[in-house]
Amino acid sequence: MKPRWNQLLPRYIVLIAFILVVLIPLWGAVMSAFKENTEIASNPFSLPQNFTFDNFRHAWTVGNFSIFFKNSVIVTTIVVIASVFLSSLSGYAFGQLPMPGKKLLFPLMLVGYMVPFEAVLIPLYNWLGLLGLRNTYWALILPQVGLSVSFGTLWMSSFFSNAPKELIDAATIDGANRWQVLWGILFPLAKPATTTLVVLIFIWTWNEFLLALVMIQSESMRTLPVGLAFFQGRFSADLSLMAAGAIIVALPTILIYVIFQRFFIRGMLGGAIKG
Amino acid sequence: MMKNSIQRYPGESKWHGLLYLLPAFVVYALFTLIPIVETLRSSFFEWSDLGKTSRWIGLGNYLSLLKDASFLKAFSNNLIFIFFYSFIPIMLGLFLASLLSRKRIPGLTFFRTLLFLPQVISMVVVGVIWRWMFNPAFGPVNLFLSAVGLSHWQQAWLGSFEWALPAVGSIGTWVQYGFCMVLFLAGMQRIPEDYYEASSLDGANSVQQFFSITIPSLKAEIGVALITTIIAALRVFDLVYATTKGGPGESTLVTGYLIYRSAILNNQIGYGAAMAVMLSLVLLTLSQVIQKLMSGNEEEIG
Repeated sequence: MKPRWNQLLPRYIVLIAFILVVLIPLWGAVMSAFKENTEIASNPFSLPQNFTFDNFRHAWTVGNFSIFFKNSVIVTTIVVIASVFLSSLSGYAFGQLPMPGKKLLFPLMLVGYMVPFEAVLIPLYNWLGLLGLRNTYWALILPQVGLSVSFGTLWMSSFFSNAPKELIDAATIDGANRWQVLWGILFPLAKPATTTLVVLIFIWTWNEFLLALVMIQSESMRTLPVGLAFFQGRFSADLSLMAAGAIIVALPTILIYVIFQRFFIRGMLGGAIKG
Repeated sequence: MMKNSIQRYPGESKWHGLLYLLPAFVVYALFTLIPIVETLRSSFFEWSDLGKTSRWIGLGNYLSLLKDASFLKAFSNNLIFIFFYSFIPIMLGLFLASLLSRKRIPGLTFFRTLLFLPQVISMVVVGVIWRWMFNPAFGPVNLFLSAVGLSHWQQAWLGSFEWALPAVGSIGTWVQYGFCMVLFLAGMQRIPEDYYEASSLDGANSVQQFFSITIPSLKAEIGVALITTIIAALRVFDLVYATTKGGPGESTLVTGYLIYRSAILNNQIGYGAAMAVMLSLVLLTLSQVIQKLMSGNEEEIG
């Protein structure tokens, strides 16, 4: 049964109204980033009269967003690679390997995923301070990997425990050992699951704020969200500059999301609660 | 989740899995598990000399928390945020789901992508954008009000003792409602058409169908939405930091920000830890309760 247009139209109008409410503030920010300040106040949502890239250039150089961008890329890349690698190993252990104490260890791995980050942060702040690791990439990478493998283990083990047995048996008969089965057979097969995991951990790590706010003291080590927050303190009157900074922070996650949206939405609907 | 039918290779140790678990577990234990235990332990101490010396005071920190006006204010603000982060988005989501209900909507995938957008954007960015939207002098919210002849409704939204909390809360609504809508629309696709046809034959109208079929069938999705959005409301930090820093006064103070202020900025380690423990307990209890309430007995429908 094909729906008719006169039935669909009222539904579309409501749907589009909800979507417009999401889009209007974002549209305004994008337009502002390409305008001069004087124009924003009078016409916030119009297309720029004098299209300019100066705000981006300014944020990138004077605002040090080039440095924040580099820091975010380094931290996020290492966290994503390390977390997905470690979670594949531990998920494989739970899903496919003989191991004593699984019933105890599995809930233990999930604690980190359920507890708010504040409960982890206070001792980490003091200990990493004592070790002289505050204000380094390590202070951002290690705790984030620790948190990510909690969710990652849950995610990968549910994939591995449902992996097709016949394939594994066939490979075993051909003489493959556990390590070879994991990387030769199961890991390629797990591509949709690992893609979702990569996308989720990328977005969580890129947007992570509290850890970076607490651990980083010097401006040259700030990640993008923290850089933007301090930028706001300094330049809050300069709207177009703020908008350009905000877009530099948001664009990478939006791009990843648009490219892999199927995987992200699947992960979020599967109950991957934002950490 | 874990099957017991795992076969061991000939000559394989029954401990083999531990070797694969170990690397992840070491990082997890050092940077998550042990800190959690230490937070719990330190919440029973009073700390001085910038955290160098400590004295056991049992439940002392917890008892002072219950008498601390700032903590009570922060926690009650978190509860008010549940209304904005959870209740309104879920109501809007159910409304849209019932409206679009079982009809195939061409282009829904595209709309879904847009509705989900706020979920992937840094909350600091969201805060920056909405500080501009709410700007008293040239923010679009006030411009809009004056354009439609409601100038007397204009406010210094984020700077007002009365309006800052609902203003920050409504940013939370903006972030969460698309998520709830997508979640419920996905759930609707699963409900068999027969249910609706059968109940139509029995003379049920669409409102009755909504309450007797749609809502019970979406129980699992409503559960996920409740847990996700309530956790977001109780954990809120980035958004408050980027918009009001808890102000004006303490009108938008939330527990996460108070923990940061006490434990990190003011070195009240035990006190901050006690708050973190309380917040964790509330979160864990609530998600367990919701999971219990919302899981199972989906077969009873029909």
